Amino acid sequence: MELHDVWFVLIAVLWTGYFFLEGFDFGVGILTKLLARNRPEKRVLINTIGPVWDGNEVWLLTAGGATFAAFPEWYATLFSGFYLPLLIILVCLIVRGVAFEYRAKRPEENWQRNWEQAIFWTSLIPAILWGVAFGNIVRGVEIDRNMEYVGTFWDLLNPYALLGGLVTLTLFTFHGTVFVALKTVGDIRVRARTLAVKLGLVTAVLALAFLIWTQADTGDAWSLAAMLIAAVSLVGAIGAIKAGREGWSFALSGVTIAAAVAMLFLALFPDVMPSSLDPAWSLTVTNASSSPYTLKIMTWCAAIATPLVLLYQGWTYWVFRKRIGTQHIADAH
Amino acid sequence: MDLALAPETLARWQFGITTVYHFLFVPLTISLAALTAGLQTAWVRTENEKYLRATKFWGKLFLINIAMGVVTGIVQEFQFGMNWSDYSRFVGDIFGAPLAFEALIAFFFESTFIGLWIFGWDKLPKKIHLACIWMVSIGTILSAYFILAANSWMQHPVGYRINEDRGQGARAELTDFWAVLTQNTAVTQFFHTMTAAFLVGGAFMVGISAFHLARKRHVPVMRTSLRLGLITLIIAGLGTAISGDMLGKVMFKQQPMKMAAAEALWDGEAPAPFSIFAVGDVDKGHNKVAIEIPGILSYLANGDFDSYVPGINDVNKAEQEKYGPGDYRPNIPVAYWGFRWMIGFGMASLTLGVIGLWLTRKKFLIAPGLRTGEDEVPNLVLFKNKALSPKIGKWYWIVALWTMAFPLIANSWGWIFTEMGRQPWVVYGVMRTSSAVSPGVSQGEVLTSMIVFTTLYAILAVVEVKLLVKYVKAGPPELTESDLNPPTKIGGDTRDPDRPMAFSY
Repeated sequence: MELHDVWFVLIAVLWTGYFFLEGFDFGVGILTKLLARNRPEKRVLINTIGPVWDGNEVWLLTAGGATFAAFPEWYATLFSGFYLPLLIILVCLIVRGVAFEYRAKRPEENWQRNWEQAIFWTSLIPAILWGVAFGNIVRGVEIDRNMEYVGTFWDLLNPYALLGGLVTLTLFTFHGTVFVALKTVGDIRVRARTLAVKLGLVTAVLALAFLIWTQADTGDAWSLAAMLIAAVSLVGAIGAIKAGREGWSFALSGVTIAAAVAMLFLALFPDVMPSSLDPAWSLTVTNASSSPYTLKIMTWCAAIATPLVLLYQGWTYWVFRKRIGTQHIADAH
Repeated sequence: MDLALAPETLARWQFGITTVYHFLFVPLTISLAALTAGLQTAWVRTENEKYLRATKFWGKLFLINIAMGVVTGIVQEFQFGMNWSDYSRFVGDIFGAPLAFEALIAFFFESTFIGLWIFGWDKLPKKIHLACIWMVSIGTILSAYFILAANSWMQHPVGYRINEDRGQGARAELTDFWAVLTQNTAVTQFFHTMTAAFLVGGAFMVGISAFHLARKRHVPVMRTSLRLGLITLIIAGLGTAISGDMLGKVMFKQQPMKMAAAEALWDGEAPAPFSIFAVGDVDKGHNKVAIEIPGILSYLANGDFDSYVPGINDVNKAEQEKYGPGDYRPNIPVAYWGFRWMIGFGMASLTLGVIGLWLTRKKFLIAPGLRTGEDEVPNLVLFKNKALSPKIGKWYWIVALWTMAFPLIANSWGWIFTEMGRQPWVVYGVMRTSSAVSPGVSQGEVLTSMIVFTTLYAILAVVEVKLLVKYVKAGPPELTESDLNPPTKIGGDTRDPDRPMAFSY
C-alpha cells in the first residue's frame, strides 16, 4: 500500500467522521419541525447538539484541507466543478452556525422564529446536497483531458445522484432521531423512538435501492461486502430502536453510515473522480495526489493528531452525557 | 456569461471582500480569547467576583464575535478550490499542508473546547473549565500561525522545487516543510499579525469600558477592564511598531516592489526619503506632489540613513529582465495609501492607550486627594495636582469609544496592502494571479457567488453589530448561585437531576 492509498483511506475516514457526527446534527435540525411540538421542545433538540456541533463541523474542514494537501487535483476539480452546489452548502453552513449561536440571544418572537426556520432549512439542504455530490463523484461526471469539469449545474441533478441525496437526507434524519432518543428524557424521547422506526423503514428502502444501483454500476466483491454490512446494520438499528435499545441503535446507525461511505469509496477506488467522457481522463489516486514527501509529512501529522482529536472529542460527549428534557432548559438567556 | 473583465478580476474582488470581512472577526477573536482567559484566571486565583463578572461580560461578546469568525472561515478554505483551481493544482502540494495542519490541529482544538467552555459552567470543575478557554486561545493562535506560514510562502516561496516532468503540467512541490514553517517571513508576519490582533482587543476593551465609566455604570468591572485594555493596547502597540519595522526590512529585501510602491518611490535614491504625502502620475512614473523627510526610508529599509533603496521603475525593469516583458507594478495608490492608513490608524490607537494609561494611573505622581478606590471611576489626572475638568475629561471617554475600530481599519489596510502590493503575482516570482483562476468556472458563476456572499455578509454584519451593542449596553451580568458554586465533579453535581442547565441555546 503506497502513501496515496493510505490517504485515500484517510479521506474516507474523515468523510465518515463528518457524516457520522454532522449527520445527526443535520438530523436534529430537521427534527425541529418533524418532532418538536413547541418551542421548549425545539430548544431541547438544539441543546442536545449545542456543545458539540461546532467540533463536529470541523471534520468537514479537515476533509477539505486534507484533500487539498493530499490530492490537490481532486480538490481543484471537485470544488471548481461543483461550484453552485458548494455555494449553497456554504451559505447554509454559515447561516446555520450563526443561527445556533444567536437564536436565544434576543427574546423577540420574530427573531427566534426566523432563526428556527433557518436551522431547519440549513440542515435539510446540505443533508440532501452531500448525497447528490457524492452520487455524482461515484457515478462519474464530464471531466475533460485537463481535469476540468465541463458539465453544467443541471447535469449534477441526475436520477442516481438525486436518489443519493434522498438517501443522505433520510439516513441523517434517522440517525438524528436515534441520537435524540438517546440524549433526551420524557415525552420527546418516546416520540423520537416511534418516529425513528418509521424513518428507518423509509431510509432502508431508499438506501438499499441506491446501494444496489451503485453495486451494479461500479461495484466489486469488497463493495458488496460493505453494502451487506450497511444493510444488516441498518436493519439492526431499526430493530434496536424498536426494542428500546437506544445505545445499540445509535451505534448501528453509525456503522451504517461508515459502511455506506466505505462502499462508495470502494466503488471509486482507484479513481477519485471518474470521467464519464473518457476513462483515461479520470482523476485517480496516482495522478491527483501530492508528492511522496508531502504525503509523508501529512501522514505523521494525521497519525499524531487524529487519535488526540478522537480522545478529546470523545471526552466532550462524556462530559455532556446527561439526558436533557424541557425541565433543563432555563427561561432566561 | 462573459463580462468584459479580466478572468481574475471578479475572483479577486470576491477574495478581497470575503477575506477582509473574515479578518474583521479574526483579530478580535484571537485577542478576546486570551484576554477572557486572563480574566477567568484572575477569578480562579483570587475569587474576586468582579473578575468572574468581567469574564462573563467579555466572554459573551467574544462568543458573539467568534461565531461569525468561524462561519466565514469555512468560505476561506473552500474558495481556493472554487475560484482558484489552477492555483490549487499548482501549489496544493505545498499550500495544502499548512491548511490541513490548521484544520487538524487548531480548528479541532478551538471548536471542541469552545463548546466545553460555553456549556461547561455547571459541568466542569473550575480549573478544568478555565483550561478550556486557554485551549481555545491556543487554538486561535496555532491557527494563525499555520495560515500565516501559508501566506508567507506566497509572499516569499521557500523549500520547494518546480516539477516539470509529471506528464500533466508543471507544479510546485514541497522539499522542505520546516523551511516553510520557520522562514523569517512567516515568523515576522506572525509576530506582526499577533500584536496587531491584540491592538484590536485592547482598543475594544478600552472603548467599551470608557462607554460605561463615562456613565458611572458597572464601575468595578469596567475599571479593571479599562486597565487591562490600556496595558494590552500599549504592549500590543509597541509590539506592532517593532514587528512592523522588522517585517518592513524583510520585505525590502524579498519584495522591493511592494515597499517602493508603499513609498511611491519611483526612482532609486541614496539616501532615500520617507514620504509624508504624495500625488503620483502612474503613467509617467513620477510624483506630481511630494512631501518627504530625507534619509528615513533608507533607515527603515536597511537600518542605515544613507543606503540606496531601489525605486518602482528600477524594480519593474529588473523584473522585466528576469521574468520577461510585462508590467510588474502593483496598484501604486492603493499600496501607498494602504500603507499609510495601516500605520496611521494603528499608531493613533497606541497614542490613545499611552494617554489613557497616564491619565488613569493609580499612584505614580498623583496627589493623595486625587487617588480613587477600586469601585470609583478613576480621576483623569494630567499633572500631579491637577485632574482634567469633567468637561474635558468627558472627551477622553468619547474619543476612546469612537476610536475603538481604528485597529480594525489598520488591520484591514495592512492586508489589502500586503496582498495588493504583491500583484501581479499570486506567488511572488513563481505564479501570476491571472494564471491562478479556475478555467472551468464562468464569470457568471463567480459573480453570482460574489453577490450572494456580499449580501449575506452585509445582513449578518447588521445582525452581529446590533447584538454586540445590546450586550455591551446590558453590562456585566449579576452572578447566580450556580456561578458561585461550580461543580466539583466532571459532568456536574447530581444532587438535583432536574436542575436547569447553567447555559442553553
